[in-house]
Amino acid sequence: MMPETAAGGPVSAWALLRLRRQLELGLPLTPRPYLTLAEMTGLSEQEVMSAIRQWQSQGLIKRLGLVVRHRTLGYTANAMVVWDIPDEQVQSLGQRLARAPFVTLCYQRPRQRPDWPYNLFCMIHGVDRQRVLDQLTTLIADHGLEQIPHDVLFSTKAYRQRGGRYVSGD
Amino acid sequence: MRLDTTDRQLINLYQRELPVCERPYEEMSRQLGIAEEEVIERLQSLQDSQVLSRVGPVFEHSRAGASLLAAVAVPEEQLDLVAARVNRAPGVNHNYAREHIYNLWFVMTAPDEDTLDDRLDELEHQLRLPMLRLPMVEGYHIDLGFDIDWEALP
Repeated sequence: MMPETAAGGPVSAWALLRLRRQLELGLPLTPRPYLTLAEMTGLSEQEVMSAIRQWQSQGLIKRLGLVVRHRTLGYTANAMVVWDIPDEQVQSLGQRLARAPFVTLCYQRPRQRPDWPYNLFCMIHGVDRQRVLDQLTTLIADHGLEQIPHDVLFSTKAYRQRGGRYVSGD
Repeated sequence: MRLDTTDRQLINLYQRELPVCERPYEEMSRQLGIAEEEVIERLQSLQDSQVLSRVGPVFEHSRAGASLLAAVAVPEEQLDLVAARVNRAPGVNHNYAREHIYNLWFVMTAPDEDTLDDRLDELEHQLRLPMLRLPMVEGYHIDLGFDIDWEALP
């Protein structure tokens, strides 16, 4: 699914890769950021904008906007809550827990027994530890998870936090 | 860090759906009732003060390339040292200390699965520490663009 130019001709795959590489680093803070990107990648401003729109509609770009560092703002209690849920329930429970307003991420990952028995991960970004633990208590009560083994891994230090650089590397 | 009302509005309105048009910051400035240059200056200063990591797209990881959550069990006194080594490995975009025997958690990305495996093999060999590799099976909610609860913040 190669984006096309306004005229319908193909846009160079290399130029699009260069564009993705630049985009992973962020949108330039210039009055015409898409023109700046165009100049960096050898595309036209229109081609840059239509590639971005197309990637948005295809779902390659999930969202376009301000990417907040929650820790700087004061979200310092970040808990990774992990659960060992019976396989046949993990999907439905994952979908339910994902809807809790304070659950900011929720996904399923494989167990690695014996060291790692957990298969569902929920992230809670909160402003203080006690409040996060209270939210967890609510979650357990609301969804009847009293019998499900779980663990809470608060983060104690962020050594790196940045966007994924799939094509741009380091 | 406490932000003024305009910065808060900027964040409230534009964690998603930043305009894709010739002058996006101009369009945003009209929403906020300030000048285009002020939008740009505010974004720059929010970036400089680490409130924003960037302005830009968040890619869907499963379609953008390969990525994986890994954890290593590190002797407590070596944690900073090992974390620095992990950060030097290619493609590491998140790296946190957490309270567990597996106490260092990081996300590694790569253009494809084979490169990712090679990088992790290399790192595991270098660190000589027990490592968990936990690829995503299914995401139920993966979007950190949640509304900021300004009242709850310190």
